[in-house]
Amino acid sequence: MYKLTDVKKDYPKGRQTVHALQGVNLEIADGEWMAIQGPTGHGKSTLLQILGGLDRATSGSVLLDGTDLTRLGEGSMTKTRATTIGFIFQTFNLIPTLTAQENVETALVPLGVSGESRKARAAEALASVGLADRVRHLPSELSGGQQQRVAIARALVKEPKVLLADEPTGNLDEDTRDEIIALLEKLWRDKGLSMVMVTHDSSVARRAQRLGTMRNGKLTVKQKV
Amino acid sequence: MFFTYLWRELRRRARQAIFIAIGLALGIGLVITVTAAAAGVKNAQASVLHSLYGVGTDITVTKAPSTSSTAGGGFGFSFKQGVGTSARPKAGSTIDDNTLASDFTLSSIGAADVTSISKLDNVAAAAGGLTLTDRTVTGTVPSFNEGSGGGGGGGFGGGGGGSTGGGFTGGGTSSFKTNSFVVSGVDLANGELGPLSTGTISSGRTFTAADATKDVALVDSSYATTEKLKVGSTIEIGNSKAAATKFTVVGIVAEPAGDDSTNVYIPLTVAQSLSGLKNDVNTIYVSATSGSDITSVANAITKSVPGVTITDQDTLASQVTGSISSASSLANNLGKWLAIAVLIAAFLLASLLTMSAVSRRIREFGTLKALGWKSRRVVFQVMGESIAIGIVGGAIGVGLGFLGAAAVGHFAHPLTASLGGSTTGSATPGGARAFTGGGGGFGGAGGTGGAGGAGGFRGGFTHAAANAVPTVTEHLTAPVTLEAVLAAVILAVLGGLIAGSFGGWRAARLRPAAALSKVA
Repeated sequence: MYKLTDVKKDYPKGRQTVHALQGVNLEIADGEWMAIQGPTGHGKSTLLQILGGLDRATSGSVLLDGTDLTRLGEGSMTKTRATTIGFIFQTFNLIPTLTAQENVETALVPLGVSGESRKARAAEALASVGLADRVRHLPSELSGGQQQRVAIARALVKEPKVLLADEPTGNLDEDTRDEIIALLEKLWRDKGLSMVMVTHDSSVARRAQRLGTMRNGKLTVKQKV
Repeated sequence: MFFTYLWRELRRRARQAIFIAIGLALGIGLVITVTAAAAGVKNAQASVLHSLYGVGTDITVTKAPSTSSTAGGGFGFSFKQGVGTSARPKAGSTIDDNTLASDFTLSSIGAADVTSISKLDNVAAAAGGLTLTDRTVTGTVPSFNEGSGGGGGGGFGGGGGGSTGGGFTGGGTSSFKTNSFVVSGVDLANGELGPLSTGTISSGRTFTAADATKDVALVDSSYATTEKLKVGSTIEIGNSKAAATKFTVVGIVAEPAGDDSTNVYIPLTVAQSLSGLKNDVNTIYVSATSGSDITSVANAITKSVPGVTITDQDTLASQVTGSISSASSLANNLGKWLAIAVLIAAFLLASLLTMSAVSRRIREFGTLKALGWKSRRVVFQVMGESIAIGIVGGAIGVGLGFLGAAAVGHFAHPLTASLGGSTTGSATPGGARAFTGGGGGFGGAGGTGGAGGAGGFRGGFTHAAANAVPTVTEHLTAPVTLEAVLAAVILAVLGGLIAGSFGGWRAARLRPAAALSKVA
């Protein structure tokens, strides 16, 4: 699925340069679940953004199914995100003025799916995350766990090959965290997608197949036994 | 999704949206109100010009007298002894002179010129007219006039137009009375042009072709009231030899306010005969085949009849004074620029607020881009919201504009318009003219003898101010035209586009990662 070769990412900060990623090498197989841990500010989220095409590496190559994301134009990158990659964010990032169903539909809009079909698929996705009875609720009317379920439904409704989750349980209580992780795990297995999850939570990280640790922009990968 | 998202977002920030809409509405409403007021002033000006100008007449042609010329005018009061004579009447002799002469600001134009103008391209019709002044002086020459050795007799006061003047008492017991009124000779064959074209007969009848050589007259209704004239009354009109002819009043004509200072209308042929200006006129009224031909006709007349003064509606408009011209200036200058300034301020405010709103939604737009939304789509969403606000603002603005225009029409003071006084000889169309006396008249230098010398003065004959400078009062309306409403709609959409462009530009520049890293 993914092959990263000597990926670096630098940010200017005043007169200095921050080296967020310092020569990351990584391979992720199809259907693999990888968790990435590490202290705050050491490049975990930056790596996830590079994997998701949300940001471009300063140097190195990022191959996704053989396509180098670093060489793609903005339009192609946007299309790749629309069709291939699903995102889940720590703060859910739902559109506050849209209902749960409409939020899920936003992931299908770039694919040109018609209104009726969008509604149907969105409803189905929400049902798969246990929110069939919450389709018309606004985010403000949902609990944290429910909002994250909506976000998961939004990420998966377009049947992506890759799911990238940035601290998906970071804003949730323990019980809800377990529910969400269980849900993600189930979906991962059922859909056979590759999943990369950034998390502080060791109990969450332990459930992944492989564990990577980011420290000072460098990635160390441990194969789970 | 587009409209759903748009409506939900506007509802979420309804207060800000309404604030922006009201700002746009105020600017647009002001533009409509000022446009309507300007249109109303323009209409009022046109109405004024019409009444001053005469219906059907596009151009008037006159000729200013040369400085050495005495032709066609220059009233010379000569005690029946001819112009320029130095003979003096004896003391105690009775004066009863009724003289009809051309206005001293106008020179004669031959009838042949009327014909040549009527044959020019794009001329629908041309008619000649004579504007004359009838002056009557009655009284007894004072006794101090004898033996003074120099100068003429005492001067005498000039009377107001159409009214009896004051008397003068010199060293003896004599006094003079003066009277003057304006007589217009009307071409009966071209009644649609000239001074009678705007009048309506309120009593009696108008001229017929059979009246061409008869001593019949139409009298202006105001003059008739002052002089207690009615149909069937007799009025005396002088001639070039200071003798009076009796005319029968056959009709009373009501002219629009401010129109034409003529008091009495008589057939042109008769006027020419009485004033000694046979085959001459001093004003030519011209009608063009269409409004767009006026300029070319004016140019053609200038070439065909050199030395004449052409007056058309534009010339007249530039001479209009009074509150109507002030209102016009106010609407066109201050009003227009104020409206533009307010509109620009509204657009800027809308743009700033839209950019601010986009800044608050950076994370939201970053998420949409992460989901695969193209920048173009995000920009369209932002612009759509702004245009929707603009349309609402435009609708409110149109309503405010109508209200403002109605308020202008309701509360505006009536506007006045006068033609600037002129002694240059350029007659206003329709016969209305303004002139002040001065220079003309009898000069009594007086010699060293007696009080007669002291009594000498150069009295000018002046018309009353009201008649000399026609003034029209018009009530200002402020019509809102379809064009103004359409312009308002376009401005509203434009305002939304401008505001949306700023916001959309802001949104388009977002990199998803940077957007998502912002604190919500």
